Order: sequence, then structure tokens, then C-alpha cells
Amino acid sequence: MSRPLRYVGWGLSRIWLIVILAVLWQVLARAAKNPYFPPPSEIFPIVRDLWFSGPATHFFLTSTALDDFTPSLAHIFAGWIAAAVVGVVLGVAIGRSRVVSELLDPVLQFGRAVPPPTLIPFFIVVFKITDTMFIVLIAFGVIWPVLLNTIDGARTVDSVQLDTARVFRVTGWQRLWQVILPAAAPKIFAGLRVSLSLALILMVISELVGSTAGIGDHLVNAQRGFQLPEMWAGIVLLGILGLLLNGLFVLVELRVLAWHRGARRLAG
Amino acid sequence: MTKARFVRGVIGIAAAIAAIELASRTGLVDKVALPPASTVLARAVGQLGDSDFLHSMASTLEAWFGGLLIAIAIAVPLGLALGSIRWLGTASRVVVEFLRPIPSVALIPLAIVVFASTTNVKMSLIVYAATWPILINTLYALADVDPLAKDTLRSFGFGRLAVLWRVTLPFAAPFVTTGIRISAAIGLIVVVSAELFSGGGGLGTYLSQTQSGGGRPDLLLAGALWAGLIGLAVNAGLVWTERKVFAWHAARTEGAA
Repeated sequence: MSRPLRYVGWGLSRIWLIVILAVLWQVLARAAKNPYFPPPSEIFPIVRDLWFSGPATHFFLTSTALDDFTPSLAHIFAGWIAAAVVGVVLGVAIGRSRVVSELLDPVLQFGRAVPPPTLIPFFIVVFKITDTMFIVLIAFGVIWPVLLNTIDGARTVDSVQLDTARVFRVTGWQRLWQVILPAAAPKIFAGLRVSLSLALILMVISELVGSTAGIGDHLVNAQRGFQLPEMWAGIVLLGILGLLLNGLFVLVELRVLAWHRGARRLAG
Repeated sequence: MTKARFVRGVIGIAAAIAAIELASRTGLVDKVALPPASTVLARAVGQLGDSDFLHSMASTLEAWFGGLLIAIAIAVPLGLALGSIRWLGTASRVVVEFLRPIPSVALIPLAIVVFASTTNVKMSLIVYAATWPILINTLYALADVDPLAKDTLRSFGFGRLAVLWRVTLPFAAPFVTTGIRISAAIGLIVVVSAELFSGGGGLGTYLSQTQSGGGRPDLLLAGALWAGLIGLAVNAGLVWTERKVFAWHAARTEGAA
């Protein structure tokens, strides 16, 4: 078989089920005529009209899209990036000392175990419904996977690598940047990925509960107004957002950790 | 766990409690916003005598465990069936990877519109959210089963079901348990979220009602404390199960690493 043909075969063997399921969704929803479950042919035009039919100068985003996306994306990225920075810095600091990481382990395990939505009422009381509340909630809720994974990664650096660094007198910042962080990177990235999907969940639920603006607020209004196709459009939009965030993260991870996979392949 | 490690853990917990207590009592942070740790702990103990709180907690736990059990009953057989057929397994892994990043809480408004009973709202959301991690772990485990072990059994004349029972299931079980552990954590997040938004009873509703009455940070934190302790206990129970029941698995993976 020629090479391009093989690629087509590889792709088809993977996506055929998605295509069948999508067609099934359309056919079944159409036949059922249930107002709660509109067919995708009804939902997707609404997604386009509501958010993606703007002028080309605005990247085809409508003004509704700018109103809905801006607060939501600002909250999720501000919260996630804050959690990532604080989590990695603290995690490396804690993870380099066995005593400190053992002292803090139960406290941090507890922090991770608290379901973040239970803190939404508390944060609303403390910060009222402000941008600060959304960002602090997301940052506090998603820091645990990053923090615990970074501690684990920084603690379990290969002793041969550390000894080699010592022999070559690699110390201080250089040791941190060139030995410890790269060794911990796969675990850090695994933690960052978990926190990104958690951040999306928290963004949505906090906007559903404390709705003033954002995609979640749009969803609530559609539900309260019983506009079912528009509510479905909101769900589909959040699904697309989830897929995009996950896809972007995988791309970044593939680039940053390319050396890791290469090294593993050599070792294997 | 060594004794030194246990002692350090206890010291760490005591230090954390003391730090919060001090920060609040000295006025380093607003005392109303962050009450002293001793107040929160006292409130948490007091909630054990509050029938309203206990009913809420029971309702949350019921939906959580019930939804989790249904998700296991759906995802494990489905994963085994799809994963046993090679071409179907490959395509279903792509479908699951495609559906998994969709945030389950976005479905809360839909579930409320579709289901009249709040228990059904909660259960359906947990089932949806908890199915993916279990399903994907089962599918990936099945794709990784040692073909040599399967072929060996087959060459001795064992049938498909015997191979499934003696090779595939023991190999997949630890991965399935890990999936259940991830699902349990997500399930608790989803059930509390649904209760916060829909107000249909449970811990989330208890918390949002406590908040709307002008706000009682001490009670809100005490409620979150219980949720964290329960989450911790369930997670520890599942980790313990993994270690005890699948000791052979842990021994092998640690030996390989």
C-alpha cells in the first residue's frame, strides 16, 4: 500500500465511529421530535449565528461572543496560570526537601480532596461576586494537582542525574533549570492537564451559580427562558471549548516534552 | 508508611491548624472572612448534631455512591466488550477522548429541564461524568494486555471467555480501580455542583442556603471540611484496595520501574 493511502486508512480506522455516532444523533433526534433533544442540524446554526457570524475584522466573533467569552476566558486563564506558577514554584521548593514534603503531605492531600465547588459559597461571602472571586476560586481549586505532582516530580529526580550534575559542579539555578525541572516536567505537565480540565469545570459552575456574565450565564438565561435549542448551543460551545483547550495543551506538551519521548524510546 | 513519616504528617497538620488559628486571631486576615481553625473545627463537630446537615450529607452520599455504582455497571462491561474487539476498541478510544474534555457541569441545566426529580438530575450527571474515566481506563488496559499470555492460554485450548476471565480481567482490574478512583473524585465535584445550582437538597444546597442567609464562613468552611474528609476517606479506601487486592500488580510495576 502506498504511504498516503496508509495514512488515510489509519485515520479512517479511528474516526469512523465518531461519524456514525454524529449521524445517529441527527437521525434519532430528528425522528424523536422531542423538544428537549433538538437535532444537531438545528443546534449548530444557532452556535454560528450567536457567536461566530461577526465581521471578519473581529475574527468572525459577534458582539455576543465578545461579551460571553471575555469574562469566561479571562477568569479561567488568570486562575489556571496563577495556580500553575504558584504550584510549580512551591512544589519545587517543597519537593527538594524530604522532611518538608513529608510534613506537608497530609495537609496537601486534604486540600486536594476538598471538592472545589463546596468552596463557592464561602468565596462568594468573602469576595462577593467579583472577578477576584472567580479567579481566586479557580486558582485555589486547581492548584492541588500541579502542586502535588511537582513535589513528586522534584523529589524523585534520578540520583544518577543528580550525581552527574554534582560531578560537573552544576549547582544553584543551573541545576534547577537544567536538571530538576526537566526531570520533573512530565509529572508537572500531567498535573497541569488535570488542572486545566478542572478549571473549565469550575469556570462553568461558578458562572452558573454566581451568574453575571460569561458563557455559563448565557446558558442559565437560555435555560430559565426555556429556549432549549439555545441552551443546547451553550452546551455545544462549552464542549468545543473543552476540546480546544485540551487539544492546545496536548500540542504544547508534545513540543515541550518531545525530548522526553525521544529519550524514553532510546531507553526502551 | 514509616513511623517518622507519620509523626511528621501529624506535626504538619497541627502546624497548619495553628497557622490558620494565629492568622485569624491576630487579625492578619479578616476574622469574619477566615474564622479561627478552632471555631471551624467546633462548628464541624456541631454539624454532627444538626439533623438538617446530616440529611443533606446523606442525600449527597446516596446520589454519589448510587451514580458511581451505575457508572461502574455501565463502563466496565462496555469497556470489556468494546476493547475485546480490536478494530472497535481503537475507534471507541478516539470517541471517548473526544467526549471526555466536554465539561460535565455544562449539562446541569439540561438535566434539570429533562428530569423532574432532583435525585434523577444528580444521578444522571454523576453517571455521565463518572463513566468516562472508568471506560477509558478499561479500554486502554485491554489494548495493553500481554498478547503472549493470551496466545499461551489459547494454544492450551482455552476458549475466549476463559482467556477473558484468566488473563484479561486480572490484568485490567487495577487500571479499572484507578479509573473508579478518578471517577469518585469527579462524581463528588459534579454532585455538589448540581446541588449548588439546582437547590434540590444535599450538601451543595445546605451550603448555598447557609451563604444566602447573610453568610456564615465558619459553617461554610466546616461543611467543606466534611466534604474533604469524606473525599479523602473514599480515596484512601480505594488506594488501600488497589494495594491489598492487586499487590501482585504493584510489585510488578514497581519492579519494572
